[in-house]
Amino acid sequence: MSRYLARALVLMVGLLVACNSSTPTSNAQFSGTTIRVVTFTGPQIAEPLQRRAPDFEKATGAKVEIITVPFSDLYQKLLTDFATKTNSYDATVFDPQWMGDYVPAGYLEDLTDRVKNDSALQWNDIAPFFRDFSATFKGKVYTVPLDGDFQMVYYRTDLLQKDGLQPPATWDDYISIAKHFQGKDLNGDGKPDYGSCLAMKRSAQSYWMYISIAAAFLQSQGTKQGTFFNTDNMQPLMNNAGAAAGLDIYKQLSKLGPPDQLNNDVGDSRGLFVTGRCALSLDWGDIGPLAVDPTQSKVQDKVGAVILPGSKRVLDRTTGQLVDCNATICPYATNGVNHSPFAAFGGWSGAINKAAPSKVKDAAFAFLSYMSQPAQSSVDVTIGKTGFNPYRTTHFTNLGPWLSSGMSETAAKNYLGAIQASLQSPNMVLDLRIPQTAFYQQTALDTALAQFLAGELSASQTMAQITNQWNSKTDEIGRPSQLEAYRSSLSVTK
Amino acid sequence: MSGQASTRAVPMTTSSRWSLLVVRLDRSAGAVFILPAVLVILTFSIFPLLASLYVSLTRLSFSEGGIHLTFVGLGNYAKLVVGIDRTHFIGVTVPLTPVTAAVLFVVYGGFAFLLVRYLRGPGRSVLGFVGRLVTAVIAGALVWLVVDTVMTSGRPGTLVVTLIYVSVDVSVQYLLALGLALLVVQRLPGRRLFRVVFLLPMMITPVGVAYLFRMLTDTSKGPLYPLWAHFGLTDVSWVTNPWGARLAVMIGDVWQWTPFIFIVLLASIESLPVELNEAAVVDGANRWQMFWAITFPQILPATATVVLIRLIEAFKIVDLPNVLTNGGPGTATESLTLHAYTIWRALDIGGSAAVAYMLLIVVTFVGIAYVNLFRRRVAAMA
Repeated sequence: MSRYLARALVLMVGLLVACNSSTPTSNAQFSGTTIRVVTFTGPQIAEPLQRRAPDFEKATGAKVEIITVPFSDLYQKLLTDFATKTNSYDATVFDPQWMGDYVPAGYLEDLTDRVKNDSALQWNDIAPFFRDFSATFKGKVYTVPLDGDFQMVYYRTDLLQKDGLQPPATWDDYISIAKHFQGKDLNGDGKPDYGSCLAMKRSAQSYWMYISIAAAFLQSQGTKQGTFFNTDNMQPLMNNAGAAAGLDIYKQLSKLGPPDQLNNDVGDSRGLFVTGRCALSLDWGDIGPLAVDPTQSKVQDKVGAVILPGSKRVLDRTTGQLVDCNATICPYATNGVNHSPFAAFGGWSGAINKAAPSKVKDAAFAFLSYMSQPAQSSVDVTIGKTGFNPYRTTHFTNLGPWLSSGMSETAAKNYLGAIQASLQSPNMVLDLRIPQTAFYQQTALDTALAQFLAGELSASQTMAQITNQWNSKTDEIGRPSQLEAYRSSLSVTK
Repeated sequence: MSGQASTRAVPMTTSSRWSLLVVRLDRSAGAVFILPAVLVILTFSIFPLLASLYVSLTRLSFSEGGIHLTFVGLGNYAKLVVGIDRTHFIGVTVPLTPVTAAVLFVVYGGFAFLLVRYLRGPGRSVLGFVGRLVTAVIAGALVWLVVDTVMTSGRPGTLVVTLIYVSVDVSVQYLLALGLALLVVQRLPGRRLFRVVFLLPMMITPVGVAYLFRMLTDTSKGPLYPLWAHFGLTDVSWVTNPWGARLAVMIGDVWQWTPFIFIVLLASIESLPVELNEAAVVDGANRWQMFWAITFPQILPATATVVLIRLIEAFKIVDLPNVLTNGGPGTATESLTLHAYTIWRALDIGGSAAVAYMLLIVVTFVGIAYVNLFRRRVAAMA
């Protein structure tokens, strides 16, 4: 009898142990699952994923492997991996512009139901633009936004205030301020500094900078008008007086910065700006948090941000010439200035490989959701090195994390105000998102701009080259299908 | 009897068949033993070569569940030579100026002189003449391309830029390496240390060399900033000027690959017999005469081989321009390999394969021409 009692006791103890260990078991819902996430070489974007992966692993039992590749290789690496069915990546944090290639080929998992059923993700807290543009393709959700991308102009508040200058409202203002400060010592080290610092390096971010400038001339009648192509016939909008005005400003700015500006990417221009060497810069939201980072910034509380400068003259698409703004041609102008804030890139977003095993897909979605949930993302968007910029309503309304990051209330409101002004603009410019976007922008546009800046091509040759190469690619793929894809990316129905 | 005879005949027949089999096996043994190696070579070398040739004649697109290759014939090559990428690949050519016409006249005159000399020479043959004529025509076209895009208001494309890299880099590397090798064989103090030091650049990864030169050529910051500041050059950028950027790439390449030629020449010089030099000293020859008449001819075989290896390698330059300038400013420093890589990145696999094949054609032409016209002659001289 005592033997039975002993056995019963052992059994009870065993059950108790099992019950106790069931707490981690229930949390460890993805125990034994490995998620291979590929993104671009850090520190930006990869850093928050790598930093937060151990917490996620602890909570869920999944193992997260973050694989990084250079940005310029990411597009083709993913496409090659998917197309050859190698499937060495279960998920990716990538440029949502590439959905134009990945979704029609059936490589990405449809996340529509998952985002609906995940209350912790707080889907509706994500700003509508990022839900629609960065996450949705032809009515279905394929990505979880992790970043909000708009280009803005940053300026040194101390310098402009001291010299009685206003932040630039037009690109002419921008140039005159840059000229004013070019060659002056702006950080007190006795060395001459620069009026404006821009990323103009080839195979980097140069083409986004150019579109940020040219868009002010090219698009004035709302988002659906489009900046890249005519939505009637898919003819490029790169060979007209608006594109030429953009090139002219771009060329002038190439001479109002550091001597090796043509070899600078955003890493270089950000470094120069936060060390106080530039009066102005054009960039995504990253400079805001970087400017308050005590480890590298020499311009804490000396940085302001404004919506992208605009133009008082815009392109008349019927004549191909610039005309003065009026209520008809520039319906969204502010004080007669047409602003076309550019949602360049669209924001890094997470997607899942459709061919991954279903348990891995569940785990990958849980990880992406975890990264986007306000508890994590509200902090991440305030850290400069994450590369993540605000994209949720709470990021704009909850100033707490911003103040904790070292930003003053005035600076935080100014910075978030500039992003909100862009986000709410009815004339926002959407980035290109059609099949072979990488060729149109990273190859054809980028190379022509590099040649223009180097003096290899004149403005008219540059515009002709871009137009010819874009037309050639469009005809190669099929004009009607490309037109349909472009219209669809702008939500234009005709 | 008959039974005996038959029993005798059977082993005889078996033996003769057996010996026949052995003979046949012996004959084909060579082929059988070579077959695995041939199959490996076919699988890993010839097949990819043919597959990439086919890819260069196609256009790749993505469809649900896979990829689709559309045959476009020579479309990808036409794009490079006469189509939309002509200025990128070949460059911008302009009408000849008096200066460029004079240069071409001199070069073509030289080619004609060599051909005539061959025809009048003792070892002439029809095949030899045709080979030389084809070489002269292709070399003439390449020379015209270089002269017309570099010495005029035109612009060199990636083909010409690569040819400039190869010719300048290999020439400078050889001269420097020869000088260093001749110095190191002297009985100078610390020469053992210098042998190792001169080899170091070759050990560094090319990407590391590219980053090193990126820092060194940065005039507004970086390790050489005090030097640039001293000469008032902080507002001058190497890498935003086309020739400055090309020069930076070439200096990096020369720095990295001179040691390779150096080590080969050093080994060659050190293995030379001393008796000839001693005899020359007795005869009163000076140092230059000893080098030109004794040392140089003896190291010519090594020279011919090492230059051929470097020529072929130099055509593939990609790391330095990619990291140092991303091929910029514009396309000024873009080599053929970087050109192929840039196109490949946008997944124009067919276009990229076409560029790679053009590179293969040029390298093969240069290699064959070099071997036929230079190496044999050098070997004969030596």
